[in-house]
Amino acid sequence: MNPFSSGTRLRDMIRAIRACKTAAEERAVVRKECAAIRASINENDHDYRHRNLAKLMFIHMLGYPTHFGQMECLKLIASPEFPEKRIGYLGLMLLLDERQEVLMLVTNSLKQDLNHANQYIVGLALCALGNICSAEMARDLAPEVERLLQFRDPNTRKKAALCAIRIIKKVPDLAENFINPAAALLKEKHHGVLITAVQLCTDLCKVSAEALEYFRKKCTESLVKTLKDIVNSPYAPEYDIAGIADPFLHIRLLKFLRVLGKGDADASDLMNDILAQVATKTESNKNAGNAILYECVETIMSIEDNGGLRVLAINILGRFLSNRDNNIRYVALNMLMNAINVDAQAVQRHRATILECVKDSDASIRKRALELVYLLVNESNVKPLTKELIEYLEVSDQDFKGDLTAKICSIIAKFSPQKIWYIDQMLKVLSEAGNFVKDEVWHALIVVISNASDLHGYTVRALYRALQASTEQETLVRVAVWCIGEYGDMLVNNAGMLDIEDPITVTGSDAVDAIELAIKSQTSDLTTKAMSLIALLKLSSRFPSCSERIRDMIIQHKGSLVLESQQRSIEFNSIIEKHQNIRSALVERMPVLDEATFIGRRAGSTPATVSTSNGASLNLPNGVAKPPAAPLVDLLDLSSDDAPAPSSSGGDFLQDLLGVDLSPALQQSGTNQAPRTGTDVLLDLLSIETPPAQSSSSTPDILSASQVNKSPVSSLEGLSLSSSLSARATTPVGASPMMDLLDGFVPNSPIPENNGPVYPSVIGFESSSLRISFDFSKPPGNPQTTSIQATFTNLSPNVYTDFIFQAAVPKFLQLHLDPASSNTLPASGSGSITQNLRVTNSQHGKKSLVMRIRIAYKINNEDILEEGQINNFPGGL
Amino acid sequence: MGIRFILMVNKQGQTRLAQYYEYLTIEERRALEGEIVRKCLARSEQQCSFVEHRNYKIVYRRYASLFFLVGVDNDENELAILEFIHLLVETMDRHFGNVCELDIMFHLEKAHFMLEEMVMNGCIVETSKPNILAPIQLMDKAS
Repeated sequence: MNPFSSGTRLRDMIRAIRACKTAAEERAVVRKECAAIRASINENDHDYRHRNLAKLMFIHMLGYPTHFGQMECLKLIASPEFPEKRIGYLGLMLLLDERQEVLMLVTNSLKQDLNHANQYIVGLALCALGNICSAEMARDLAPEVERLLQFRDPNTRKKAALCAIRIIKKVPDLAENFINPAAALLKEKHHGVLITAVQLCTDLCKVSAEALEYFRKKCTESLVKTLKDIVNSPYAPEYDIAGIADPFLHIRLLKFLRVLGKGDADASDLMNDILAQVATKTESNKNAGNAILYECVETIMSIEDNGGLRVLAINILGRFLSNRDNNIRYVALNMLMNAINVDAQAVQRHRATILECVKDSDASIRKRALELVYLLVNESNVKPLTKELIEYLEVSDQDFKGDLTAKICSIIAKFSPQKIWYIDQMLKVLSEAGNFVKDEVWHALIVVISNASDLHGYTVRALYRALQASTEQETLVRVAVWCIGEYGDMLVNNAGMLDIEDPITVTGSDAVDAIELAIKSQTSDLTTKAMSLIALLKLSSRFPSCSERIRDMIIQHKGSLVLESQQRSIEFNSIIEKHQNIRSALVERMPVLDEATFIGRRAGSTPATVSTSNGASLNLPNGVAKPPAAPLVDLLDLSSDDAPAPSSSGGDFLQDLLGVDLSPALQQSGTNQAPRTGTDVLLDLLSIETPPAQSSSSTPDILSASQVNKSPVSSLEGLSLSSSLSARATTPVGASPMMDLLDGFVPNSPIPENNGPVYPSVIGFESSSLRISFDFSKPPGNPQTTSIQATFTNLSPNVYTDFIFQAAVPKFLQLHLDPASSNTLPASGSGSITQNLRVTNSQHGKKSLVMRIRIAYKINNEDILEEGQINNFPGGL
Repeated sequence: MGIRFILMVNKQGQTRLAQYYEYLTIEERRALEGEIVRKCLARSEQQCSFVEHRNYKIVYRRYASLFFLVGVDNDENELAILEFIHLLVETMDRHFGNVCELDIMFHLEKAHFMLEEMVMNGCIVETSKPNILAPIQLMDKAS
């Protein structure tokens, strides 16, 4: 025996692993053990093979790779000793799988063991074969298994039956060989053989129509009798559970009967009596009895119609549903899902109870119930059900709101009886849980609003009121902003008043106030702000009296660090200032959005040719989320060159603007921007050698580059808008999905959190001259996003001017920098600059924040540059 | 095939036994176990014993410090699986005498042997405790 390979005993290894305090310690212990095992394997150490494998199984269970032990399993299997064989087979089943080449080597050992004189060894081989055999092995060893189905020992027969299941699944052609032996097994008395045989027959029926036909004709009667015997059997201690003889066998038999009875009236007839007996006689005060009743109801619902039995089953369902035990209620909901296809009326009777379950405190039950309610909705009950669900939406858990909102929206869209109802309900959902509403849903809402010309006034007024009440729900704000921009005039002159409305008095200035509310709101993101800018432009034409004020508001964004806002602000400003003559035509109402096209787009089935033949209808939905910012660049270029005077009407002009003709120019502007903001500048920012002068000269660009994830989006959008309209056809409208184009970042569907945890402030950076501290907060309902307030303090006796803070983050983060409070930092800590950052972590919970920063400022007109990396963000951000 | 995997996990979420009846890579297993354990351990006693996760339905039951989790197909009878878990625990109890986490840790292979006699390829083989334990006792006697 080799003294060096003695290693530790299995027990000692487990103790050592248990004693580990950290994952790192555990890894160290496992690494050491694995090394010892490897060494022992290399020395071909017979004595420790058994122990090594036992250790490997433990290590495997902990989730470490153990492939190097696979050959050891094969060696142990080949050993003549039973204990070694035993553990070898266990290792084979745990450490190997059917995809491994090594497995081919074991076929021979298996064949020998299947023919072994010792029945336990035969059992081992069968078990291994049943768990891991591949198609090739199945073909090679099927005759052995077939023979073993008739083996004298019942324990071998039962394993052979299950082995056969694996074989026919791998090679369905072999099924016919097993039909007769399987049918013979059904006559057995041994429960183990019976339960496995029933399972084999059920699976045979799945792969072979011939088998199904055979069992239906030949075995239904005897199976019914078997079930009857078991139901009526006297107490048998071996199989008794809660006074029922072998509930597992009951259930398997019922399952098999279901397969046989489905679609066959004769077979169904044969089993009616026994099913009635099981349904009425089984005790329902214990879990085992309920399990049988559950299976029995499923069978009754699946087999051919028998009115009496169905009533019985529905009654059991009702009993289950009103049970206090949550497990029972859960399965009742599950059963109702199946029953709804058979007897929708009976299920509808339980609607009130099911609705109660949607409000249950147990997430599993809620989920089931919600799915069921969804199936229950039809034209006649959609109104009360939606009302209930929306009412519940107000009080439901944050983490359930996502599911619930999606289902409600889907119900509203599917069954809405009138447009006004649709709009009303959607507004309710938006005000209640707008942050959970998916982009395509509110896009669809806008399409519907646009199509309901008689409801424009009503809708815009309703939205105006909702906006006054709260601006917390982002999608509500967006839809409201869009509508106020489009139909602002109807808001003011109360046009299209419906009888049900209370009149409101809104002035043009009030409407502008509303948009201002949205644009200034902390929660508003880029899309909302961009939409607000468009709305303002439109209002400037609708209410000329407010034009001046709107211009001031638009100008405020001229210095925005977000390229998209900045561009819009400058362009719109120049429209208001210099192009009065075309403005009203330019900002006319959107033509009615084509519902059919929109639905087609959502389904992703719009043919690509549409983009050329019918530019307007395809382009307009773009306008919904992204008003034509990019084309306006060209508009300005064109008109400053005194190019074509807009002779056509506004609508046409808009089409022209969006049309393909202008694409070369667009593409140019797009490609100019994308690489500059996207790559160069980022490199610039990250590279260390760059001379400070250069970086300060290109400051604005660098700053916009810190929104890398956002600004290139807009330019990319510009690109795709012009160059590949067809590509857009499958992309959902809106800005955020565009991020996919960049790095596959999935727009975060916010995972809610009740109370944002409090994070300690940190000093992110400190040098002899400068200190930066960070304060953190999380907006409720969005754990991925962190708001960071950076406070800069000057530690030197000199005043810093032209102070600029820049930051870069890895791809999984998204950074948004708000403008700093000032660009002059007073000396000696006598004042500070604050700047807000918003970081969205797409790997929230997996990776923590990191940031690379660069601070540039001037002391007496001399450039100073400081750089650093911040790694000490608190965890969980 | 009904049962896709069987897990035994302690209160701290450490896996104590894992048996899969379908192929998953080590990484997939670790991820799956982590997700399921987090989901199930967070639930209260009053909540039902079923959790839907990915395309599995998890039926779980807690015995003292040990959770027994069984992943099944969607059309499996959940109540029967619950009963099966109980049968498994009773069988182990009979062998180890009031089974605890340590019994399973230090006799992992025995626990597996028992499971092997009860489930094969995701199907139930045997439900009688004496029949399940017979081969194991035979081996104990021999060694």
